Formats: sequence, C-alpha cells, structure tokens
Amino acid sequence: MSEVAFDPTAPHGVHPPSYLTAGHTLRSWLTTTDHKRIAILYMLALTLFFFIGGIAAALIRLELFTPAGDLLTAEGYNRAFTLHGVIMVWFFLVPSIPVTLGNFLVPLMIGAEDMAFPRLNLLSWYIFMAAGLLAAFTILAGGVETGWTFYTPLATAFANGNVLAAAGAVFVAGFSSIATGVNLIATIHTQRAPGMTWFRLPLFVWGMYTVSIVIVLATPVLAMALLLIMAERGLGLPIFDPAHGGDPLLFQHLFWFYSHPAVYIMILPSFGVISELVTCFARRRIFGYEFMVYAMAWISIVGFLVWGHHMFVSGMSSYASLVFSFLSFVVAVPSAIKVFNWTFTFYRGEIGFAAPMLYAIGFIGLFTVGGLTGLFLASVPVDVHVTDTYFVVAHFHYIMVGGAVSAFYGGLHFWWPKITGRLYPEAWARFAAVLMFFGFAFTFTPMFLMGFLGMPRRYYSYPAEFQIWHVLASAGALLLAFAYLLPMAYLAWSLRWGRRAGDNPWQATGLEWSTTSPPPPHNFATMPRVAEGPYLYHPAETGPQHGQPEPEQKQGDHP
Amino acid sequence: MSQAHPALREPWRSLHRQRQGASFGIWVFLASEVMFFAGALMVFGMLRLQHPAGFLAAARATDIWFGSVNTAVLLTSSLTMAVASQAAEAGLRRLALRCLGITALLGLAFLVVKGFEYRADILGGLVPGPTFRLEEPAAQLFFGFYWALTGVHAVHLTIGIVAVAGLAWRGWRGTLPLASPAFEVTALYWHLVDLVWVFLYPLLYLPGRSG
Ligand SMILES: [Cu+2]
Repeated sequence: MSEVAFDPTAPHGVHPPSYLTAGHTLRSWLTTTDHKRIAILYMLALTLFFFIGGIAAALIRLELFTPAGDLLTAEGYNRAFTLHGVIMVWFFLVPSIPVTLGNFLVPLMIGAEDMAFPRLNLLSWYIFMAAGLLAAFTILAGGVETGWTFYTPLATAFANGNVLAAAGAVFVAGFSSIATGVNLIATIHTQRAPGMTWFRLPLFVWGMYTVSIVIVLATPVLAMALLLIMAERGLGLPIFDPAHGGDPLLFQHLFWFYSHPAVYIMILPSFGVISELVTCFARRRIFGYEFMVYAMAWISIVGFLVWGHHMFVSGMSSYASLVFSFLSFVVAVPSAIKVFNWTFTFYRGEIGFAAPMLYAIGFIGLFTVGGLTGLFLASVPVDVHVTDTYFVVAHFHYIMVGGAVSAFYGGLHFWWPKITGRLYPEAWARFAAVLMFFGFAFTFTPMFLMGFLGMPRRYYSYPAEFQIWHVLASAGALLLAFAYLLPMAYLAWSLRWGRRAGDNPWQATGLEWSTTSPPPPHNFATMPRVAEGPYLYHPAETGPQHGQPEPEQKQGDHP
Repeated sequence: MSQAHPALREPWRSLHRQRQGASFGIWVFLASEVMFFAGALMVFGMLRLQHPAGFLAAARATDIWFGSVNTAVLLTSSLTMAVASQAAEAGLRRLALRCLGITALLGLAFLVVKGFEYRADILGGLVPGPTFRLEEPAAQLFFGFYWALTGVHAVHLTIGIVAVAGLAWRGWRGTLPLASPAFEVTALYWHLVDLVWVFLYPLLYLPGRSG
C-alpha cells in the first residue's frame, strides 16, 4: 500500500529518478538501507503509535468530563493514563523528529550520500518495531497501571498489570534510540561535504547532534533502571526492596537521570526545526548563530544535572533540593536565549505566514509559557504546593505537545514538498495550524488554573468545583484532536492530488533544497561543496527596506 | 584508496575513513554502555555505604576462587583479542584467526566456570528468597546485585563470543576481508566487557576479605 501511496512520479520517465521510485515492492522497502526510506518507515510506525496514545488520551478526557468516575473503573483509568504516557513518550515523542525528519534530512543537509551506518539505521527500525510489538502485547494483555514512571515498590511488588512486558518494551525501544543516536553522531562527524565546517551546519543538524549526545548518554541509565525493576519483579531479586534495606529513592534517581534529559530529547530537535522555519519565513539570517549552538550544547550538558527537581517532595535532603533548584534555573537560561534569538530574527524580516511559520510562531508562544511555568516548578516552595497537580501536567504538555508536537507538524509541512515532491494545500494547512494552537490552549490552560487550585493528577473522579475546568479541557481536546487529524487527511490527499513541488518551493537555503524533490537515491548528482554559512537569505545591506547595514553579528564564518 | 576494495561499504569513500568512522561509532556506543553499568554501580555503591556490615559479610560469602580464575581467564582473552585485532590490521591471517579462536574459547571457559559458580551459589543458599543462608540484614540485597550484575555481564559476554566466533568463521571462509573495520570494532567491545568485569570483581568478590 505504502509504495503506491508514496509514488508521486507516475507517469514514469517524465521526472528524474527518486528514492521513492527506486523500488516498488514491499520487500524493497523492508530491506532498504536508504535513510530517506527508513524515515518513511519510521513515519508510518509513529503515526500508528500516535493514534494509540491519542485514543488513550481521549479515554482520559472523556472520563474527566464529569466529576464521578463513570466511564472507566479506577483501575481502568490508571491503565489508560499509563498507556497514554508510555506510548506518547517512548513510542512517539522521543523518537519523533530524530528518526523521521532527522533521518531524512541530516545526510541531505550536510551533503552526504547516506547515514554513516545505513544497515544499523535499518536495524534500529526493526528493533523499534519489536519494542512496538511488545507494547502492543502489553495493551492486548490488559495494560499496566504504574504510570509511565514505573515507580517502585508499586511497579515491583503491588501492581498487577503487565509491568514486565511494558518495561521490556521501553527497554527494547531504548536500543533503537541509542542506535539512532550513535548513527547521527557518527554521520555528522564523518560525512560532512567539503567546506561544511561545524559552524556552517544548519541549526537543525546541531539540534540532531546535541540530542544524539543526550540520547546516547541518558537512555542506557533508563535501560538499567528498568532492568533492575524487571529483575526485582520477575526474578525476585531484592534491589529496591525496603524490607531488605533497599531504597526506592535510588530508583527515582536513576529514572529521572534519564527522564529529565528526555525532555530535552523531545525539545532539542524542535529547536532545530524552529530555527529553520523562522529564518526561511522571515527571510533572515538567524540572530546569533553561535549563541544558538552554544545554547543547545549548554542544555545538553546542564540538562544532565537537574533531575532532582522531580524529587523535591520525595524525601531528598534539602541541600540537594537547593542545588537542583539552582541548576534548574541555570538550564532555563539557554532556552530563553533561543526564544529571544528567534524573536530577534523576526526583526526587520520579510515575514510570511505560510503554515510552517504559523506552527513556528505557535511553538514560540507555547514553549515560552511552558518554560516559564517550569521556573515555577524549579523553585522548591512553589513546587511543594503544586507537586502532582494538574499544574505539572499542564507545564510538561506545554513543552512536549505545545512545543515538540507543534514543531514536528511545522517541520513536516515545511519539508513535505522535499519528502514527497508534492505541495500540501496551503489554506487548509494554515487553518489546521491556527486550530492546533487554540485547541492546545483550550485543553491545557485550564489545567494550570485547576492545578494551582489543588486538583491532583491521576484521579478518575474529582470534587464538583473543578468540573468547569475539566469540561473546558475536554472540549479543547476535541478541537486538538481535529487539528491533529486534519493534516493527516490533507497530507495524504496531497500525495496523489497535490501540486508538484519544484526543487525549492520556499526559496530556502540549505543543501537539502539544492537537490531534486523528491531526492534521488544517492541524494546529490555531484558532491556538493559548501562555501558559506547557513541562512544567507540575502546578503548584508541589501535586505528590503534596509537603509542602514545589517547589525554586525557573529554567524560562523560568513563570507 | 581503492574504490573497489571488498571491505568498503556505502556511503564511505575510502577504507581509511570507513575504519575511522566505525571505530568512532563503537566508541560512542561504548560511552553508552559505560552509562548503562554506571547506573547500577551507583545504586550498588550507595547501598554499600548504607549497609557496610551486611555487604562485607555477603561479599565474603562469594567464591573467590571461581571469581579469581575467571578474572585471569578474561584478562587473557583481552590479550588474545588485542593480538587478533592488530594481526588482522597487519594482514597476518593465520595469527588473527588463531587468536580469535582462542578468544572465543576463553570467553566460553569464563561462562563454564561461571556456570559452576552459579551452581555452587544455588546449592549454597545464596539465592535471595526463603532459602537464603546468610543472616545479615542487607546480605540479600548484596546478592540481588550479585545475580543481576554478573547476569548482565554474562549476557554481554555471550554476545561478544558470538561476534568473535562469527568473525573467525567469516575470516576463515574468506567472506570477510582482514581490512574490515569489524575486527577493531569487535575488539573494542570485547575489551569493554572485560573492563566491566574488572570493576565487578573487586566490588563483588574482594570486600570483607582483609579483616
Ligand atoms: Cu525535569
């Protein structure tokens, strides 16, 4: 089915050979080592998981429409939000941009033929699918009720769901993540075209590079934490068991040592995407290129040192809380730098409001709110007040959904012509982008308010005074669901009926736009040579309405 | 560099770059492996600080003979693995294949010795649970880690043995050129598995023996 749906070049012979026409059989897709085809395979898999996680979210929002627990049992509700968390975090958000857009674009952007290890790339997809099968088994066997956090002793001693299968699925998915991370790092180090120096890399590539470092160093710690949980539950080894002197807090330390950096695993790729969109649709160089790079590097390092802010009420020492609180403020600085720099990129730009730009602007707004409320949670007194309330739920959904998913949709629209060779319908896309912003705001803003009023998370019934907020959130979720489904419909439509895209429909800079759409199997007819930095949308001094020269700014080695 | 070299794969343009890239890639992966074991060792270290007496008593109950023999076996295997990797690079086919064979056999020997040790542990009441023999409060905790850590190490070693044996087989059949980066990559992985044991041995077998 996929090879028919993704074949935009019929009739044959009219268009140059593309990676899509390189083979038409299912076998040619399942044995491909072409990074572009593997990206498509990942996209299909992720779409499926996005649906599964979305159905779980729909169940949650339906249940919460009324204060009483009527649709689901208490246990069923626990299983629904665990399913939502596990699937959305590990089977959608963590892999999302790196394995699809990253896989597709990094070799193109650096002027390479393929990833450094093409067969490892394919293997990572099969590992991911194996993990997906385990996850599907977990669901079919009745699910699991530990929450996505797998806290012990709940997960090891008391839960009666399929903890082993669920933890095993996440464990296996980790190998796929690590393989992708190793591959991206090695590709960016070794496959750059002549002249593509480190400070000429598009920021999307920097996003992929820094996220890969976080993936490679954080994921194994989660793997070990889950392995120890499985050993305790499955083999009866007392690892975290307090009855034998074990310490459940140590599990929390291991878990959050991964899961805080996991937030950056989800958001660093978005930073890269947004930098590409903002520059293209403001027709501007990025403001402060080098600072954007250092900000990402800073995040990927300091992001490893702040996990304790998830444990302020777990009984950690108050001195540790103090240090973790301080470091959590420190890690917010580079995110703020990025928001300021995107905003300054608009300054004196020729701003166009194509759909990808609308997604980017929505991202900047929602990410800013998510980041600022993160500072609330980084300060211990406020955190103690709102721990385990909907305030926290709202905060991280602003980052992961308002941020990462908006960026994913924005990037998907932006590179859709390159990936498929077809243009999407612009009016529908703008409508979907605006709808996504408002649907998101209606869903999650009420959660800040009710969270601050004390509505705890993970309850399937609640006092009637919170109903108005829950009804608002559930109604917003309906809009949001529509805004997610609509692009799937018109993007699928465009595969057959969309207008053909030229090589560079956005007049964007970047090597990926210099080859044909869709690209040929080996990406470039001749090896590209790079002589300038990224985002040279117009030479200095010749920008429209620019009486005076561009402000001097450091941007790698510009000509 | 010859474009037609049988060991050259896409997307690499020269064998030299390919070797550099493969070795760089495995180093990145080994960094990941280090973090994997570091997580468990951190937890182990914290618990040992909390329960010094129980952990020392439990460590004394491990069989230091099995542990020490296995340490010697594994260190020797790293030597033969290093020789095999260097010999492959230098094009010394017979030496490379012979050393690969010895490495795989030493790895197997480790697993056999470990198997006998596990058998003795099980019979000696060192499996956490109702039949556990030691009285000290945290001793079961120690043995929880003993089984988990040595088990994970054994899985790593098994993967290593399969990889080394695969190299030897393909090298012997002539389907894998000696210039392939696979030799160095496998060797680096093998050394890491060895290195993990170098940490596990003093942490699990040696404490509590001096007093
Ligand atoms: Cu965090």
